[in-house]
Amino acid sequence: MGTTAVKWRIGVRKFGQRQRREALEFYLMIAPWVLGFLVLTLGPMLYSLFLSFHDFDLFHAPRWVALGNFRYLFFEPYPANPFWKSLAVTTYFTFLSVPVGIISSLVIAMLLNARIRGRALYRTLFYLPSLTPSVASALLWIWILNSRWGLANAVLRTVGLPELRWLTDASLVIPSFVLMGLWSAGGNTAVIFLAGLQGVPAHLYEAAEIDGANWWRRIWAVTLPMISPTIFFNLIMGIIGSFQVFNSAYLMTDGGPEYATYFLVLYIYQEAFKKLQFGRGSAIAWILFIILLFFTLVQFRLSGRWVYYEGEAAR
Amino acid sequence: MSGNAYRRYPVLGMTATRLMVNALLYAIITIGAIVAMVPMVWTLSSSLKDTAHVFSVNIEWIPHPAYWSNYQELFVRLPFVRYVANTMIIVASNVVSSVLMASIAAFAFARLRAPAKNLLFFLVISTMLLPSQVTLIPRYLIYSRLGMIDTYWPLVIPGWLGGGAFEIFLFRQFFLGLPLELDDAARIDGCSTWRIYSSIVMPLAKPVIATLAIFNFIWAWSDLFGPLIYLNTMEKFTLPLGLATLRLNAEKSSRWELVMCGAVVSIIPPLVVFFLGQQYFVQGIALSGIKG
Repeated sequence: MGTTAVKWRIGVRKFGQRQRREALEFYLMIAPWVLGFLVLTLGPMLYSLFLSFHDFDLFHAPRWVALGNFRYLFFEPYPANPFWKSLAVTTYFTFLSVPVGIISSLVIAMLLNARIRGRALYRTLFYLPSLTPSVASALLWIWILNSRWGLANAVLRTVGLPELRWLTDASLVIPSFVLMGLWSAGGNTAVIFLAGLQGVPAHLYEAAEIDGANWWRRIWAVTLPMISPTIFFNLIMGIIGSFQVFNSAYLMTDGGPEYATYFLVLYIYQEAFKKLQFGRGSAIAWILFIILLFFTLVQFRLSGRWVYYEGEAAR
Repeated sequence: MSGNAYRRYPVLGMTATRLMVNALLYAIITIGAIVAMVPMVWTLSSSLKDTAHVFSVNIEWIPHPAYWSNYQELFVRLPFVRYVANTMIIVASNVVSSVLMASIAAFAFARLRAPAKNLLFFLVISTMLLPSQVTLIPRYLIYSRLGMIDTYWPLVIPGWLGGGAFEIFLFRQFFLGLPLELDDAARIDGCSTWRIYSSIVMPLAKPVIATLAIFNFIWAWSDLFGPLIYLNTMEKFTLPLGLATLRLNAEKSSRWELVMCGAVVSIIPPLVVFFLGQQYFVQGIALSGIKG
């Protein structure tokens, strides 16, 4: 009986009133997020844009320098101002580590998608390295890649190969970082690929096989087009992530040797929190933001050409 | 990697080529798994050696004798118990806040109608593409103005203000999949919106809750950058920051076995959490990647 009473009341109540109440509840529930967005995201964004045109060291009021910070970054010569070097090594790292990482994760996902015994165990073993906190993995890789006492060179010695100065040779340190990244290639990226692979309908493979396609053809003509949205997602996330690399450079090489690992975020950290150059730090942060925005937009633009979305309605 | 793998076939019917392909597959995947495990095993092994054996050019997998006292030293002589406890406080706050706040916001986005809802959700998504470095310096200045430097506030406040865009996105995806009739039926029975959220929708969301709790546990447990910037006093350090400091000191004191002990200790909690919630965890990562 109570139910009928409520039903009746809802029926009589003005429609607009119910909507207004629902809207009110909506705004109440997202109020914390909106507050956070204004105070911790939008406000700081605008303030860092403001700071990038100022000189600010925490102790004096911000001083307007117009494009001074950007002029310094773009035109001051190299050893005093490592901006171009920093941008170059960050870009080099991204263009090396993202393709290598994506291909390895995809290969691992394909291996783990095969019908083999103990698949769950293999998946766990491949996943475990990515659970290692980045500080711990930086520490263990410093130790493994140590040119005198490290395991890597001990192995090279045993098989009679020349030893390498993994982290102290300026031309080798970025490839070493990429190699370290491969260690966790079986992590989240591979799991996302695995989900994508499992979503490819089996009948497509059967049809391809009937048409006489060998396994290589089946990968090129069926697997890759079908998982192209997943590749796209991992590509964007990979680029954004590798442009923000910090921990390994901070702990392992301190940006060296010869600025070879002086990534942009390390540069921001040094300028802002070591030299208290908050204006210049903000300017670098905005340049980083614009580069990432550019990459993301280009990716979205290009995605129309190679990303295949099966039936929009299905999503 | 062969296409054979995609099809079901009886073992007895395997041809010689298929057997070879299968053997190759097992060989590759086993070597891969071993390579993935080697750095961890080496770390564990190094953590049990004494200084003389750590600095040795010979590969010694099983330390003899094993110095378990290294761990004792880490916890008794160095403030590592403190570091672990400090980290746990921050982790607990972040896990609770991100699950609670993000699910409330996501519930509103998925189940309620209001003007400007789509615009707001677009803003939530766009913050995922914003590199945190852009807001880093002003945030530091704000917390500094509020006298919160060298406290845990800067590390826990963001979680309570919204709970994170990724978390909101994942919860919303899940809530959208639940039939709206659930809400209607409950409303007719006189349930308030809050009751629908807390007694109907949330109990169904256990897989997402578990996934995000695990994710946030691991993220907060591993975070170095936040503590590095906001904490100054040794007694307040988190485990990653304590480890980073230990590494800088090891350069001088050459106690690498202790650094390796610290690394092992910091790996254990994520491993435990992972094994406890493994099945939810893998589901959750897959869920996050489905929509490209």
